[in-house]
Amino acid sequence: MASEGGITTDALVREFKGGIRAVDGIDLRVEPGEIYGFLGPNGAGKSTTVLMLTTLLPPTSGRATVAGHDVARDGPKVRASIGAALQDVALDPLLTGREHLRLQAALQGLARDERPRRSAALLDRVGLAEAADRKVGGYSGGMKRRLDLALALIHGPRILFLDEPTTGLDVQSRTALWDEVRRLARDEGVTVFLTTQYLEEADVLADHVGIIDGGRIVAEGTPAALKAEIGDARIEVMPADAADAGLVARTLERFGAPCNGTPGSVSVRLPESDGALTDVVRALDTEGVAVSDFQVHTPTLDDVFLTKTGRSLEGAGTERGTEPAPA
Amino acid sequence: MNSKLGTQVAHLAGRSVMRTLRQPAALIFPLAFPMILLAVNAAGLDSAASIPGFPADSYLDFALAVPFMQGALFSAMNAGQDIARDIETGFLSRLSLTPVRGIALLTGQLAGAVAVGAAQAVVYLLVGLIAGVTVQAGIAGALLILVFAMLFCLGFGSLGAFMALRTGSGEAVQGLFPLLFVLLFLSSAFLPRDLIEADWFRTIAGANPVSYLIEAVRSLIVSGWDPETLALGMAITLGIIALALGAASLALQTRLERT
Repeated sequence: MASEGGITTDALVREFKGGIRAVDGIDLRVEPGEIYGFLGPNGAGKSTTVLMLTTLLPPTSGRATVAGHDVARDGPKVRASIGAALQDVALDPLLTGREHLRLQAALQGLARDERPRRSAALLDRVGLAEAADRKVGGYSGGMKRRLDLALALIHGPRILFLDEPTTGLDVQSRTALWDEVRRLARDEGVTVFLTTQYLEEADVLADHVGIIDGGRIVAEGTPAALKAEIGDARIEVMPADAADAGLVARTLERFGAPCNGTPGSVSVRLPESDGALTDVVRALDTEGVAVSDFQVHTPTLDDVFLTKTGRSLEGAGTERGTEPAPA
Repeated sequence: MNSKLGTQVAHLAGRSVMRTLRQPAALIFPLAFPMILLAVNAAGLDSAASIPGFPADSYLDFALAVPFMQGALFSAMNAGQDIARDIETGFLSRLSLTPVRGIALLTGQLAGAVAVGAAQAVVYLLVGLIAGVTVQAGIAGALLILVFAMLFCLGFGSLGAFMALRTGSGEAVQGLFPLLFVLLFLSSAFLPRDLIEADWFRTIAGANPVSYLIEAVRSLIVSGWDPETLALGMAITLGIIALALGAASLALQTRLERT
């Protein structure tokens, strides 16, 4: 039995029409109060996993528990414990923001006098107090996403599912949503299961990251551990005079192993980047080499994805298309 | 119905009514179209009232029953399209994530359609009365007409809901509209069945349940209390409701895959 605020899956599978396995035996463990980033390209199986964990789609096989309840057997108990903002911002353009919240509050079973208070508090928290009585059809994409989040929180869930919550948002709206997600986890102890195809989002927000591709988990861990697993920082130096390339190479080899880089440049992997960079710069200066470009590449989650799958995450989804329709 | 279910139904019905009130087209067409058709027919076909055996003194009296049926057809469209839109936008999934019961989702939507249908029916009746129609069955008869109108809305609204839940498509629901209108025109809406000359038309009108629904309402307007016609109309109405609501409930169960 999983802990009450967490999520576990064991060999979870969802098969669609034609035998396509959108989710192909995934094992996950999300601890209470953490932000779990579920990262993968379009069509990797992220949304199908979320639909199963939120009880909207029965698993084909395997098992999953959310808040200690089995998603296949205890759907109502799972739903009472979770809030979810799914991939499509499902709002009624003819209703106002406040009407959405009050409807959701009533359907969630909040007491009559609690509904307006809770609605107003959430509208204020997501910055929609002024727009609360305008029809949602006139909201911007960012406002809709924020209302979507408020709706998911109306009943004070212990676990929050956010399926690609920042897709299509501008930088400002995205940052505001990240801040709110962080606050929920930090101040209210809400467990957040967040799917994303943005590397930065997973890197910045998540305590743990699971990388999914082709319905399978290809890597899992903290962002730092995942990046450390695949290697060290790499420096790349472009001499101002191409004739100095040999001298630069000999100088850099004192600090790390040579590796491939941009043509015309010299690259090495640094076993430890702390302090070494200063030494590298000093050494190049001592040798009297003029440098036109100096870059430090630290490993990214994309490098992790590349190492595990042989493809870059950026644009990887276009090879697979979108997830199939349910059987 | 327990209080929790009642709350769910009331809120969903309120949303349905609110949606309709905020879409002028959803209000104006069901009100204007049947009234315009009634005015055109009453003016153009009034001489039909002089045909021997015609059951009413004026064609207006005879035809006033038809708008109540037309209003129900609009209810089918509105209920169906609202549900289809909720499926297409994912709003149904949002509702599915709440503790709301499936039956509340359906009855809430339909209750809204029936409420709007009742308001339309009051307008049809008032327009008829202002134009000089006398309801032979009196005030109680007029109230029964409103009950019939609401039941028609429930039955045909359920049909629209079934179509929406089965297909998940607003276009499919729209496709239902011409079919229902053909049913209306192939009924005794515009002439009494025994005065329809073409055999094939009379046979189809006799087999068409819509004829009996219209005849039940019409009997209250033109001839007073006719227990046999009313009982037949009510039985068929309740049969349509049972079939359509049952089919819509099954389609909802299939649509909501939630565990």
